[in-house]
Amino acid sequence: MKTQGHVFKYPDNVDTDVIIPARYLNTADAAELAKHCMEDIDASFVGKVQPGDIMVAGWNFGCGSSREHAPLVIKTCGTGCVIAKSFARIFYRNAINIGMPILECEAAAGEIQAGDEVAIDFDSGIISDLTTGKTYQAEPFPEFIQNIIRKGGLLASLKEM
Amino acid sequence: MGMTMTQKILAAHAGLESVSAGQLISAKLDIVLGNDITTPVAINEFNRNGFQQVFDKDRIAIVLDHFVPNKDIKAAQQSKQCREFACNHCVSHFYDVGKMGIEHALLPEQGIVTAGDCIIGADSHTCTYGALGAFSTGVGSTDMAAGMATGTAWFKVPSAIRFELAGKLPANCSGKDVILTIIGMIGVDGALYKSMEFTGEGVASLTMDDRLCICNMAIEAGAKNGIFPVDEATRNYMEGRCERPPVIYTADPDAEYEQTIVLDLNKIVPTVACPHLPENTKPAEALGDIQIDQVVIGSCTNGRMEDMETAYRILNGKTVAEGVRCIIIPATMQIYRECVQRGYVTAFIDAGAVVSTPTCGPCLGGYMGILAAGERCVATTNRNFVGRMGHVDSEVYLASPATAAASALTGRITAPKEV
Repeated sequence: MKTQGHVFKYPDNVDTDVIIPARYLNTADAAELAKHCMEDIDASFVGKVQPGDIMVAGWNFGCGSSREHAPLVIKTCGTGCVIAKSFARIFYRNAINIGMPILECEAAAGEIQAGDEVAIDFDSGIISDLTTGKTYQAEPFPEFIQNIIRKGGLLASLKEM
Repeated sequence: MGMTMTQKILAAHAGLESVSAGQLISAKLDIVLGNDITTPVAINEFNRNGFQQVFDKDRIAIVLDHFVPNKDIKAAQQSKQCREFACNHCVSHFYDVGKMGIEHALLPEQGIVTAGDCIIGADSHTCTYGALGAFSTGVGSTDMAAGMATGTAWFKVPSAIRFELAGKLPANCSGKDVILTIIGMIGVDGALYKSMEFTGEGVASLTMDDRLCICNMAIEAGAKNGIFPVDEATRNYMEGRCERPPVIYTADPDAEYEQTIVLDLNKIVPTVACPHLPENTKPAEALGDIQIDQVVIGSCTNGRMEDMETAYRILNGKTVAEGVRCIIIPATMQIYRECVQRGYVTAFIDAGAVVSTPTCGPCLGGYMGILAAGERCVATTNRNFVGRMGHVDSEVYLASPATAAASALTGRITAPKEV
């Protein structure tokens, strides 16, 4: 699995309230919710994001509420991957469970700049910044988690058991 | 190597002799929880994947609390979807308007959770039940759906930070000041993926409401769970209340902790977390003249009976400052009823406050107290992120019920001893 796109860069501690504000959580409709993705931190994101584009952020991405709507709207917008220095644990779990690709890589998250063209090979965990020519190796997922991702999410993996 | 209290509970629920930090396990669940925001997503996933029945109708709790009484038509649709699912699957712990309360105040109060349990909830503040000596953690809707279908969940066994509590809290301080102080020390990701295990002789001086509040905000330090040992206070609380017998686990003497932090409760002061992160803490007294527009006393963090008692003690016979809207929300119907019976509601209304039926409403910027641009609120809630309670240019200061009530009287952020 691969993705390639332009980078949207965000700071440390991006919380789920800014990813998808609670005032919109009166619906579970992903397409409706996705219109408000990142609205309170980057109102232009929804208008600009293209399929395959990549979010790059600092420490503790996705902290706060357990709302699965957060990785869901990021995925529904077409985002190909979120790279962060670290993820809040519920967001990390939710992303894996719904099949939203994420990668933890401190060096890549620190150095890659907004607007860079980046390619990711999920099988090898190699992140290539095509703008700067630098490559980074992300932490591979444990086998157990890779299996959930391969099956297309937690429930799909359970059905096979 | 010995195990922490959390690791022992997880090992028992995974059917293993022992577990160690970092190990991936599948554990049996005692309770699977969801609310009116997260359950609809879980129901959709449950149905879409062809699951026909829940693993145990008595081990699922669905509580309508975030946007009820329904704030709008879409919220009403979500409540209806939860209600129909609960009815179709005969979910015994379904709480609708009239019976409901804010989930993390309600489940302990109703005895649905108990010591030794392994609990997941599709709400980040599910970590609250660690106060009873349970392993309890927040997850998303897909985990809830999987939990409802199979009665199990996967976990990475957490390492732990031990908080060694000494001494006794001073007057005017409560569990909220303790947990805000800790988050200020270690930061919003200071316990990321870890357990926060509270021990030490200071534990005995903390009431159950203090412990519930402290565990409630473990997630604001990034923790997987917070947990207290079971002592006499816990046993007294659970006696005659819990529907299943408690199972008491204790950490091994040689359990491994990544870090031990000693905290002298005598030195805790009324503490406020300034915008826009719970780690931006300062002593209430050091804040200077910060004028406020609104006060909210309530939420899963601080809507319990002791919180209402504190608010009453400070507001009774006084008047809320001109220009301040003071909103008081008892967290469950039982607490609400008790407030009526004790005359608290009359006192609150006489002071110029409003009293709402239980709801999470304002805490997450849902309804019942939304802030306009430039407005400032002192709230006993748990998050002060950008736009959390309304407009992106509004501000939330997190504080204890005592500090919030004192601030309501003066119209600026005020330490309790000043009033």
